[in-house]
Amino acid sequence: MTKAARQPRTLFDKVWDLHVVTEREDGAVLLYIDRHLVHEGSFHAFNKLKDRGARVSRPDLTIGVADHYVPTRTRALGEIAPDIAGMIRQLEDNCRANDIRLFGFDDPRQGIVHVVGPEQGLTLPGLTMVCGDSHTSTHGAFGALAFGIGASEVAHVLLTQCLWQKRPKRMRITVDGVTAPGITAKDIALSIIATIGADGAQGHAIEYAGSAIRALSMEGRLTLCNLAIESGARCGMIAPDETTFAYVKGRPFAPETDMLDRAIAAWRNLPTDEGATFDREIMLRGMDIAPTVTWGISPEDALPIGACVPDPADLEDPSRASHVQEALDYMGLTPGQALDTIRIDRVFIGSCTNSRIEDLRAAARVLASRTARVPGLVSPGSHLVKQQAEQEGLDRIFIAAGLDWVGSGCSMCVGMNGDLVPSGERCASTTNRNFKGRQGPGARTHLMSPAMVAAAAVTGHLTDVRVLMRSNA
Amino acid sequence: MKPFDILTTSACALPLASIDTDQLIPARFMKRSRADGYGQFLLYDMRYDESGKPRPDFPLHAMASQGAEVLVTRRNFGAGSSREAAVYALVDFGFRCVIAPSFGDIFASNAVNNGLLPAKVSEADAEEILAQLQTVSAAITVDLRESLIRLGNRNYSFTIDPIWQLKLLNGWDDLDLTLSLKGDIVGFEERDGGDRPWVRLADRPA
Repeated sequence: MTKAARQPRTLFDKVWDLHVVTEREDGAVLLYIDRHLVHEGSFHAFNKLKDRGARVSRPDLTIGVADHYVPTRTRALGEIAPDIAGMIRQLEDNCRANDIRLFGFDDPRQGIVHVVGPEQGLTLPGLTMVCGDSHTSTHGAFGALAFGIGASEVAHVLLTQCLWQKRPKRMRITVDGVTAPGITAKDIALSIIATIGADGAQGHAIEYAGSAIRALSMEGRLTLCNLAIESGARCGMIAPDETTFAYVKGRPFAPETDMLDRAIAAWRNLPTDEGATFDREIMLRGMDIAPTVTWGISPEDALPIGACVPDPADLEDPSRASHVQEALDYMGLTPGQALDTIRIDRVFIGSCTNSRIEDLRAAARVLASRTARVPGLVSPGSHLVKQQAEQEGLDRIFIAAGLDWVGSGCSMCVGMNGDLVPSGERCASTTNRNFKGRQGPGARTHLMSPAMVAAAAVTGHLTDVRVLMRSNA
Repeated sequence: MKPFDILTTSACALPLASIDTDQLIPARFMKRSRADGYGQFLLYDMRYDESGKPRPDFPLHAMASQGAEVLVTRRNFGAGSSREAAVYALVDFGFRCVIAPSFGDIFASNAVNNGLLPAKVSEADAEEILAQLQTVSAAITVDLRESLIRLGNRNYSFTIDPIWQLKLLNGWDDLDLTLSLKGDIVGFEERDGGDRPWVRLADRPA
């Protein structure tokens, strides 16, 4: 064993070191990529390949998933706008021409790429994974090194299965203690982003650690790592443990029998060594985290539901004051207004952040025997999640409450398929971005957990779900 | 890719924080071919009102006619979606450099891959440059070799990763270099296939 290998290392560094093909004099490292996920938006990269007359280098490690543009209200492409259907067919054509495995629109396993990967066992601890989508950080929940890339990099990976990268700095975010009942991974994630800022982790790989993180299910860990990018991080990771191994076991593409045992033995070596150092350490106490919602136009504009909308006049930093004013103007809010008085026009439950079975169960628990005061869309993360939810009767709860139960895809998180929030309307949403115009031109988005969205649907305004939970009991 | 060395031009001030890539190019325009030119969609919903009429007070309109190639803005520019189309929109519009206190990581990487310089300055310097641009109509100079911005009689230093600096100065594309390392990649695959056989998918059903 070399001296370097005996140095205590972080989870991130162990996975990184396993994938170094070569290093350049300037410090850039050629990193091998174990899984490359592509979707309809990857067409720019496929076009670059065509321009060079080249084919995909490792089609077996490339996986196509139709999600960004898929319709959620019909199973017939002939019924939707031709330019949107064209995006889905273009992905099919590119995958077929390059012998790439595709979870296409017609596939019974289709869903959002960051839901399908884990569900199918394509996501495993210790892998490097990339996708032309910033929420690729999601897969870090397994202790994979997973990050979003742009079209030039997608083309580079298609052609070489590798990527030039500079080793980012390491940040550990520790959340210790027990969170209060009703607190979810979404609340933890929004609290972190509000604490460190939407650019707080730029240039860093985050490791989430601590007893409150260990206690999360895989679904919760996926939500947390999904939102790593909203704090600016290159990626977010959680050390694999028994929860991870139990989730992986039996998944269609996961290793089986002896091979699984061998893999798990290797994965047990991945967690950060005692004494390994981080460039930055952030600590939060689980007990301090309350149900959290966003009021503004950046995920860092987040506060506990009991708080009030900030007043730019109270802020000393002129740049921050001008951002808050811009946010209040766009969102149509008054300084000092209590968050739980903000009335909403509709709700959305879905997206790669919060559309897994546990998310749907949490929302359904609040909506059971209740009626939504506003319209809304519930879009499960995959066909398989949809099926499971229907077997559990969750669909009937959503429909009885007055919400629309639709197919799976990115849907109203990004609106590319036409599921849009009308201009000026306010949406309580389980998604990841409250950017101006994200859910449609002029749309106003408030981010929160599935249970909090369900609570807002029931009362018609932002609401502390714990009040409804008490009246449940 | 066109090398970037030294650039003297006019600058456009956009004193807003967290201009994300959804704003740089709204999702609805991303079905288009790059050949159509993405500059027409840059910051579309800020530039045009709901009926498609230009908002007269939006700074991009005036600066377009002056051929500004530098954009100066506030922190967290290019956060969010990994869409490289956001960079296409800036480049096709004519920008070659964005000056800001911080950039989304994926955006910055995409920018460099398209010859667009993400020049990172301190928050105080960004505010001073933005304030200067309100009064001074002088040209701005961005010197990549020296990592220096000159405006009026003031100099401001900016930071850029040395790997990216070299890449931009030379106009390099990584791809040809990587393709020349095919032997190293195959060597890695052979070694790794023995160490981590569970990673393979080739023998799995469709």
